[in-house]
Parts: sequence; C-alpha cells; structure tokens
Amino acid sequence: MSDLNIDGVSKHFGSVRAVEDVTLSFKSGEMVCFLGPSGCGKTTLLRMIAGLEEPTAGSITLGGKDLTRVPVHERGIGMVFQSFALFPHLSVGENITYAMRIRGASRSDCAARAKELLDMMRLPGVEDRRISQLSGGQRQRVAIARALALSPSVFLLDEPMSALDANLREAMQIELRKLQQELGITTVVVTHDQTEAMTMADQIVVMGRARVLQTGTPMEIYKTPVDRFVAGFIGTSNLLPARMTGADTVETCGVTLRVGTNVDRHKPGDEVLLMTRPEEVFVGHKPTKNSVPGRVTFVRDIGATIEILLDCAGHEVVSVLTPKDWPEVEIGQQVHVDMPEAACSVLAP
Amino acid sequence: MGGLARYLTLVPSSVMIGAFFAVPFALILLTSVSTPDDAQDYIYAFDLQHFERFATWFYIERALFSAGLCALIAVLSLLIAFPFTYMLTGFGPRAQNTWLIYILAQLSLSEVLIAFSWQILLSRTAGLANILVWFGLAEKSFSMAPSAGAVLAALVYLAVPFSVLLLFPALSRLDKSLIEAARTLGGSPLRTFFTVVIPVTRPAIISSGVTIFVLTLGAIIVPQVLGRPQHWTLSVLITDQAIFNFNMPFASALAVVLLVLSASVIFAVTKLTGGNKS
Repeated sequence: MSDLNIDGVSKHFGSVRAVEDVTLSFKSGEMVCFLGPSGCGKTTLLRMIAGLEEPTAGSITLGGKDLTRVPVHERGIGMVFQSFALFPHLSVGENITYAMRIRGASRSDCAARAKELLDMMRLPGVEDRRISQLSGGQRQRVAIARALALSPSVFLLDEPMSALDANLREAMQIELRKLQQELGITTVVVTHDQTEAMTMADQIVVMGRARVLQTGTPMEIYKTPVDRFVAGFIGTSNLLPARMTGADTVETCGVTLRVGTNVDRHKPGDEVLLMTRPEEVFVGHKPTKNSVPGRVTFVRDIGATIEILLDCAGHEVVSVLTPKDWPEVEIGQQVHVDMPEAACSVLAP
Repeated sequence: MGGLARYLTLVPSSVMIGAFFAVPFALILLTSVSTPDDAQDYIYAFDLQHFERFATWFYIERALFSAGLCALIAVLSLLIAFPFTYMLTGFGPRAQNTWLIYILAQLSLSEVLIAFSWQILLSRTAGLANILVWFGLAEKSFSMAPSAGAVLAALVYLAVPFSVLLLFPALSRLDKSLIEAARTLGGSPLRTFFTVVIPVTRPAIISSGVTIFVLTLGAIIVPQVLGRPQHWTLSVLITDQAIFNFNMPFASALAVVLLVLSASVIFAVTKLTGGNKS
C-alpha cells in the first residue's frame, strides 16, 4: 500500500508563509490535483512531498513510512517538472534510463525498459534522438517516461501541461489520466487550470493563501463549494446576496426561495450568498415555486448551448440552456428564473 | 541591400582589428624571417635561421614545459573555481554580487604586484614557513621561492578569478530543475554533480580552460620573480631576447612559435570536444 498522508505540514521561507498547517490524506492509486491560483503554496506542497523542500513543521508519510527527513534521492518518487528538465547532454533513451543506470542496471535491461516505456507513451523508436530534436509534446512524454522508469510509488507532476499549446493540452490530460488508471499509481498534479483538475482528478484539493480551502471529488467541489473563493475558482457561478429566513429558506430579490444544499452551516438571520450554476437554472415566462424575477439583457446562441444573461434586482445571473429548454425570450423581456431547490446552495458572503 | 548594410557595420571593427592586431602580427612575422645585417640590426628577407635556432632541445623543452605548466594551471584553477562558482550560484543575489565584485577587484591587481606579494608570502623571514614552525611542523623557517611550486601557486592565484568569471554565466544559467530532476531520479548530490552539472556546463568548462591556458602562457613576471631559470616559460625567454639581448628577430620567431602553439591547442580542443554536439 502506498497511502500518502500529509500531517500538519507548514513551510515558511523567512517571514513568508508558503504553506500553513496542511493535513491531507490520499488513498493508494488515487489521482489528486492541487488546484489554486499562483502563489497559493500548491507547488511548495508538491516539492515537500518530493523532498525538494523540507517542511518547517509537520510530517509526510507514504504507506506508513515517515518520509519527512528522507533525502530526495532515497524517496523513490517520480516527478515531472514544469520545464520537463530533460538532460540536454543525453539522448532520449539515456534520459529515460538515467535512474536505472545510477542503480547499475545492465545495458540490455535499460534498452528493453526504454523501449517498453516509449511504446507505452506512443513514441516508439526515438531512443537515439537528442532532446533538442523533440517537440514540446514529445518532450513531455519523455519526461513522463523518465519519471516512471523505476515504477515509483508516487508520481508527482508540477504544472505538466503549461508548456503545451491548448489543443495538445486537452488530449494529454485525457491520456495522462488513462495512463494513471492503467498503472494504478498514486499521482499528485499541481495545476491552476480548473478544467485540467476536473478532467483528471479523483480528488481535488483547492488551495488559497497557503491553506487548503476544500478537498473533495470534482463534483462535490463543483456542487457544494465551501466559499465564494472556491465557487469562483471552479466553474462560473451566479451569486445573489440573500438573508436566511428559516432553516432552509432565504430571501433574495424580494422573494423567498428554498435551498437544498449547504444550509446547515448557517442559521436564520445570517447574511449569505445564494449560489447557483448556470446550467442548473432555467428561464420561463411564469413563476415557479422556486424562482426569482429578472429581465433578459443578452442572449447568445452558440448552437449546442444557449446562454441567457439576466438582470435580477441589479445582479447578473447567467443561464446556460440546451436548445430543447429554449423558452423563446427576447432581450428586455421580464421573465422568471427557475432555481430548483437542489441547485440552490448558500455560501458565506 | 540588407547584406551590404551588414557588411558596412563590420567596417569599424575590421579596421580596429586590422590596425591593432593584423599589422603588428604581420610585422612580427616579417621580423621573424629577417636576416642579420652589418649596417643595421637586421634587414627583411626570408631567412629561417631563427626558427632553426628554436629547433634545438633547449627551446623545444622550454616550449613543452610552458605548455605543460599552463595546462596544469588551467586544470588546477578549474578544480578550484568550478566548485566555488557552483556554490556561489546557490547564494542569494546580494552575496553573489559581493563575491563577484571582490573577484573583479582581484583582476585589478597587476601581475607584478601579485608576484612580489607571493615572494613575501613564501619568504623565509615573513612567509608561510613561519606558521609551520609555530605548529611545530618545521624545525626552522625556510624560503619556499624560487621554485616550480611557487610559480604554479602564484599563476593559479592569478587564473582563479578569471575562471570564476568565465564559468559564472554558464553556471548561473544552469536550469536548477535539471539538478532537482536528477535528485528525484535517485542521484545523490555528488553523483548529480558529476552526471548532470559537469556534462551540461562542459562547453563553458572547456572554453574557460582554454582561455586560462592562453592567458597564463603570456605571463612573464611571475616565472621570473618566483622561479629559477629552469622554470621560465617561453614568454619570459621572448622578453629576455627582445629586451635584454636586443635580438628582435629571434624574439619574433619565438613569438610566432608561441602563437602557433596556443592556436593549435585551441584548435585541437575545439575539434576534440565539438564532435558530439547536436
């Protein structure tokens, strides 16, 4: 087993607190994404797992073994760097087998492993090329192959897609996820791209201001973000200022709505934000049991989906609909925005 | 059109190189093949007698000694400067600047000053030997100069700041993630140093080695002040011939030999090490 546990880990650089009291636990074989804006401490946390930074406090254990004071080269991790960090003086094959050669593996074992890994990465026959002869996407595959050469128990990737162009990025996200599932290797990816995290992760760790803000599956985080920051970071959201009027009711835009999610954290009288996701709210001409009045300000029809922008008591609400739910509205019309109970959640303002 | 403009921009520098490098070199070349004359010192001709005089064991041995000494100095100064510069690049920017300013300041010391300082440092009365006496490692103080070791030490001292400044750009540009990658792949710090840091910065190591070699080949004061005549390099002999024996043709011939020697070393090194670049 290679469960990864991070217990009360902090990292201070002088007076700068890069990571503050982080406790996380991942099951063996999981793919975890550290998601957050730049400077939130996610890379520092990854580097502490790798052993490239030493925690100021706390401990990191892998499969029950305390790694906190184990030097980098004895940890047996595989890491892909943002710049890929391929050795320019070695060929592709020599890069991939660097770790094996350090451990004194035979020439034939190295050649066989390099071939196997390059086949797995769908880059056959490039063993003898120089790194400078490879494209960005090929370099990334070689960097992944190199990190996996010794079948490490933990696979770490620091912003692996940032050096790739947009098209390649999406294809690689899917490919990396498939590879990870195939190998069943505990994987941690650092990213600031929410789509990337949503595509690949079993667990997303949202970080901000050196702390962990929320941990959960992509859907949990998308549906029930803990605060405004997380809601804004994952997907787009409609936020309406509201006040709790009952155990599961709020008052907003002059109407009372029932709220299905997150209510137990707030008590009647609290000022809150009512959050909905654009694809979960609908537009109609008649009020429903959970709707707010609004005025259509813009309609954008892009074929597969139709986006309706609405003004609800001075706040912007977006509704993204499929053509079958199209309510036939025009700009300037007074309508009702249906917010089903389950789609409504409340956040601290 | 663009091509012509490019050539025009080369004109000032070409004139400079021509006036201050090609013309003096042509004069040296002409003088080296001149012939002695009764009315004046020498007249221009094509006479190889000065080169024939060089082709005796005494001068060939001097040339080989010079090349060997300078190669040794290049190697020693790199052995000192490389680890130092590598550690320097790990310091903060303020510490780096302080060190670089200090090292640059070293370059303002003339060879003469360094030679005489080392002479004091290695002398019997005020030198390092007294420290050995204090520690009981020597019976009584002794003079360490003149000797081959003294020449070597002072020239290495002279060459180290140059090596540091030549290595610094390459080492400070070295992608630190390469080192980290090697570490995550199981390389100990020492192993990483030898399998990644040195190979990646090899071009800079070679070029600074060659530069130090050529630089110390031209040193004339240190070998005279700190060495015995058997430690004199070709450059000292050139000075000797030109200034004390007034034999400009032979001095020129020796200078041509020295130039051919350093040019062939540069050529050989670039040829040997440029082969497996991509």
